Amino acid sequence: MANTEISFVRTEMLQEQAPPALNVGLVGWVRGNLFPDVLSGILTVVALYLIYSLLSGLLPWVFGGVWNAGSLSECREIIAAAHGEGAEAACWAVIHERFWQLMYGFYPDHLYWRPNLALVLLFAAIAPVLFEGAPRKMFWITAASPFIIPWLLWGGTVWVPIMAAMGFVIGYFVYKLVAQVSSNLLGLIAGPLALVIWWLFLSSYASSGLASVIPLELEPVASRKFGGFMLAILLGVTGISMSFPIGIVLALGRQSNLVIIKALCVGFIEFIRGVPLITLLFVAQVMLSYFLPAGTDFDIILRVMIMITLFASAYMAEVIRGGLAALPTGQYEGADSLGLDYWQAQRLIIMPQALKISIPGIVSTFIGLFKDTTLVSIISLSDPIGWVKFIQANAEWNGIVWELYGFVAFVFFLFCFGMSRYSMYLERKLKTGH
Amino acid sequence: MTTLTDPPQESFRLSMLLYDSRYRSMTIQVIVMILFMLGAAWLINNVIINFADAGKTFSFGFLGQSADYDISQRLIEYSSVSTHGRAAVVGVLNTLLVAVMGCIAATVIGVFVGILRLSNNWIVSRLAAVYVESLRNVPVLLWIVLTMAIVAEALPTPIMFRGGEATMSLFDTVVVSNRGIFIPRLVPSSYGLLLIPVIIASLFGLRLLGKRANRIQEKTGNRPSTLLASIGIVVVPAVVVFFGLSAISSNNQQVFVTSGVGEIGSVSDLAESEKRISYCHASGSAASLNGLRHLEELGITFKRKNYFNISAAETALATGKCGLMATSQSGSEQVVQRVSSQVKDGVIVSSFAGEFTEGRAMEIEFPVVTQKGIAKFEGGTHLRNSLIALWLALSLYTAAFIAEIVRAGILAVSHGQTEAANALGLRSGKTLRLVVLPQAMRVIFPPLISQYLNLTKNSSLAIAVGYMDVTGTLGGITLNQTGREMETLLLLMAVYLVISLTVSTAMNAYNERTKLKER
Amino acid sequence: MNWHTIGPTERVTHAGGMKMGTNVPGSRCSTQRMYQEEVIMNKSVFFGALTVAGLAAVAASAGTLDDVKARGKLNCGVSTGLVGFAAPDASGRWAGFDVTICRAVAAAVLGDQDAVEFVPTTGKTRFTALASGEVDLLARNTTWTLSRDVDLKFTFIGVNYYDGQGFMAPKALGISSAKELDGATVCIQTGTTTELNLADFFRANNISYEPVPIETNAEAQQQYLAGACDVFTTDASGLAATRAAFESPGDHVLLPEIISKEPLGPLVRHGDNEWGDIVRWTLNALISAEELGITSANLAELSAGTNNPEVNRILGSEGNMGEMLGLDAAWAARAIAVGGNYAEVFETNIGENTPIGLSRGLNALWTDGGLIYSPPFR
Repeated sequence: MANTEISFVRTEMLQEQAPPALNVGLVGWVRGNLFPDVLSGILTVVALYLIYSLLSGLLPWVFGGVWNAGSLSECREIIAAAHGEGAEAACWAVIHERFWQLMYGFYPDHLYWRPNLALVLLFAAIAPVLFEGAPRKMFWITAASPFIIPWLLWGGTVWVPIMAAMGFVIGYFVYKLVAQVSSNLLGLIAGPLALVIWWLFLSSYASSGLASVIPLELEPVASRKFGGFMLAILLGVTGISMSFPIGIVLALGRQSNLVIIKALCVGFIEFIRGVPLITLLFVAQVMLSYFLPAGTDFDIILRVMIMITLFASAYMAEVIRGGLAALPTGQYEGADSLGLDYWQAQRLIIMPQALKISIPGIVSTFIGLFKDTTLVSIISLSDPIGWVKFIQANAEWNGIVWELYGFVAFVFFLFCFGMSRYSMYLERKLKTGH
Repeated sequence: MTTLTDPPQESFRLSMLLYDSRYRSMTIQVIVMILFMLGAAWLINNVIINFADAGKTFSFGFLGQSADYDISQRLIEYSSVSTHGRAAVVGVLNTLLVAVMGCIAATVIGVFVGILRLSNNWIVSRLAAVYVESLRNVPVLLWIVLTMAIVAEALPTPIMFRGGEATMSLFDTVVVSNRGIFIPRLVPSSYGLLLIPVIIASLFGLRLLGKRANRIQEKTGNRPSTLLASIGIVVVPAVVVFFGLSAISSNNQQVFVTSGVGEIGSVSDLAESEKRISYCHASGSAASLNGLRHLEELGITFKRKNYFNISAAETALATGKCGLMATSQSGSEQVVQRVSSQVKDGVIVSSFAGEFTEGRAMEIEFPVVTQKGIAKFEGGTHLRNSLIALWLALSLYTAAFIAEIVRAGILAVSHGQTEAANALGLRSGKTLRLVVLPQAMRVIFPPLISQYLNLTKNSSLAIAVGYMDVTGTLGGITLNQTGREMETLLLLMAVYLVISLTVSTAMNAYNERTKLKER
Repeated sequence: MNWHTIGPTERVTHAGGMKMGTNVPGSRCSTQRMYQEEVIMNKSVFFGALTVAGLAAVAASAGTLDDVKARGKLNCGVSTGLVGFAAPDASGRWAGFDVTICRAVAAAVLGDQDAVEFVPTTGKTRFTALASGEVDLLARNTTWTLSRDVDLKFTFIGVNYYDGQGFMAPKALGISSAKELDGATVCIQTGTTTELNLADFFRANNISYEPVPIETNAEAQQQYLAGACDVFTTDASGLAATRAAFESPGDHVLLPEIISKEPLGPLVRHGDNEWGDIVRWTLNALISAEELGITSANLAELSAGTNNPEVNRILGSEGNMGEMLGLDAAWAARAIAVGGNYAEVFETNIGENTPIGLSRGLNALWTDGGLIYSPPFR
């Protein structure tokens, strides 16, 4: 039906109107995000109340704390004088007094630069792995740091790490030689064998010989002196970096179609993942010495490192297996079609991709391992929690609880939160990479 | 591996072990196997030599020796005269208990927080994010220690309940104190357990009802209301059976059994002959509970001694640790016989009518605070402080991980699904329940299993709060007392390994069954 | 399975011409080596790419004394922290009653009281640490019992503190005896003989209790103060030390019952008697010093020689006691110089003028009605 009685036809558009005041700005945001409906509104109120009650209790305690006092009783007196009798406030003086011990343990304080430098080196070493923008030459630092960092931490003559690094060079040459003379497989056996022989029997003579000729050394520090967060980081980093190659081997073994190798790898991985870390630490503490020939006696920190490495490698293997599984079959088939053999395919095609996919998983394994290093306090190592116990055993600080645990928890939070954010960023970056 | 066509008549040469791909893998495996065996033999040989040097032996005989220490929380009967083996079993059960409780709580909290994290409400989602980040970025050992400290500091002590400074929760039925939580306990009479099959049958009926409703809905499109019928199916049979059984048991006369130097005829006789009656209370026995109430009604002062079960109470009666226990008339003959067989010469075991009955089919025992002596709670089921702290810490910690898994699972469900559900007119709650979660479950399930296993393994940190799990008993005090590190630790690892492997096998089987069948 | 049937392989090493069948886990035989710390650091084996000097091949040989001398350090096991007995102070230096014993031994053997590597051990790990040779001496308030002596194969070289397990309760609880503890919740510090004594005590007295085993003293203390347990039980010295740290110590009482005997003392491994003798006589020297009035103040003066032959024998100006032990003449003087005689060590670390405030009690000299007694230096 045609409508001929239109009295008004708009010829120009209306000006855009501002949205209703209730839907924009702060009010709009609050309405949209906090009170969109009744249920949500109630939740908001409950949440606000929760936040209020938590902060109103916590903030005065934290910020009303005492920073300078020699003992807990002195702290209590200061607090009573400042806030009145019976008032509750934190006694941060204990952190003030013992901060460096919580960070470095018994490490000699004139040598703090060494762990600090080691940490900087560590960052430089992982930079090319984590940041694509980093110059490729930095891989030299990555290759050298496993030898420099322990030397910095433990000290001693410089020849020990150099001779240890020599082991790899020797191993490589032996491999090349044997591989040329006979088969590749024999080379693969002979190379590592030469490496082990060099390390176990020859390198110590070489390094002590060289040390007597050219004595270049740092002041030695026994591993007993390591403690606090330095120990936690050291255990975490050692565990992850040493478990990395073992994890790759285990992951490949688990995927292999060689029955016996697969069974051994699966058995190892499932065993380690099936028992709690604390039982493995007990093993390190009380059982490991029975498994080794009479005469070898490892320092407890080294024993714990070995156990943590074994523990981490089982988890690492699963992460890498996840990365391998995430690769499309086409990549394997492509490698086969190029005529690459197993190791070439792994080295050139599979591993670079699988490891890249695994990085976020590796970071979260590291976070988990770093947190788990607190368990070493149960077997009397002086990690941050171990130090909390030491400090509590001083007559001056006997009876202090919340400040110490709170501080340790806070520092752990800073480390782990930072790393988990970073891992998320990596994950996003990798996602867009495809 | 693709094999090239081999020349037909090739004889075997030794070098083929290395160069022929058919044999090479075999060679590698044999070498690896030999190396592995050599390694294992080397380790075992070292152990044998070191053990001989240290004059140690390897034997599990210590499991049969008396443990000599007490464990507060025990799901089976245990005392300090029990064996180390039994202590280990108590520990295993405690581990399983906290693991199961923790998994359930962690799942509930985790799913809840995971959903809240995706809420449109800004402050709620932020709060959920803060929860997740703060929990999972701090070591679980610290959380356990902190939770224990908070539980101990924040909750009222028993003495406060006596003075009226603190009161029980939920209409005076539940005690929340820093000794733990006490909840009312159901105590069935001798026939009371018959209620259980009835309730199971009712639940079965409920399922049939639901199936019928589904059928009708499929046929007609309308779902009949099943609410009234469901209530009827659950309540009516239970109530009828309860009153029926109660009618029988409230006619069951009960008797008291006592041991002492003289023949005793009534409670008042006993009260006269001894300065204070000590009453053997067997937890979970209706006769014991009613006897206790009867004594209270009589207004006789007595001392209550709690025992784990009836046989423990009988032994205590026989050894004179307590003087009076209640039992049903029908079973009193056997009780007297059993007790008499254990007593010393000259002690007379006698029984007399108690003038009270077995009461209702299912009695409820409420916790109360003692008025005399050291303030403590009696009656009810005791969830200990250490259990509560460990349970809370483990489930809150694991919940943070589960929340992330749930969030990832929900986000993995394509947005089209939600939109389609919205287009069908489903509300957001129903969308989540009927459309999103069932699909997300497939993504959630595998990592969820590994979180359950992590929780179980983390429960080994129970020693930090004094909860006697298997690490605390077998790997703790037993190891310390016997000095048998090798045996206890091997056994301890075996226990965890069996738990882990069982759970992961069962869960994987379930996962396999519910997996989306793809090409 | 019983591996003992395989037959113990006897290992024989020669030490100074003496044949010594070592049946001791710690004394691993191996070739004699140069024992300089530096060399040990150099000998460390590289494991993988990462670790180094931790692997100091502890090549124990003839005897612990030689090992210690060669190493230049005494490895001494202490507790992971017990107020007054062992704890690192603000500068990271270990101090305490047990620690002083370690230092005295180091001073006697090595001439330097700081030549000690303190190894913190828990109740669980202490015996393994000693048995495996990780420590040369365990000074960690350990109770001398038959099974530890015979079954675990350790030699207790004496008693440096006579203790006993007691109870602490808040005054508000209104009890005056442990026998009134029926139904009480008891916090126990585990890893020791404590839980066994407790179980025995309550069983013997036919009273029920609720044990709350707790790993560390600090946590047990916190639980007790929060009222999560009615009483706290551990060694009486520990109770006194704990109470001293309370905000209001007066609100808590120590119950009169001491339910066990806890003779605490340093211990060494079985089988190395020379080493045991050195530790034993170092402790005895401290005790005798108190008896004879040798203090850190008059030590220098008395070392020059006195009219009392026994003082002279101890301090080395007469006789050859040091030589007999394989040490030099001034060994005991150095040990005493560390923290003074037994009384001084007691007073500085746990005595009445310290926050811990323990009285001598049983630990007074025998001449003052206590049990502390040293055999004569003759």
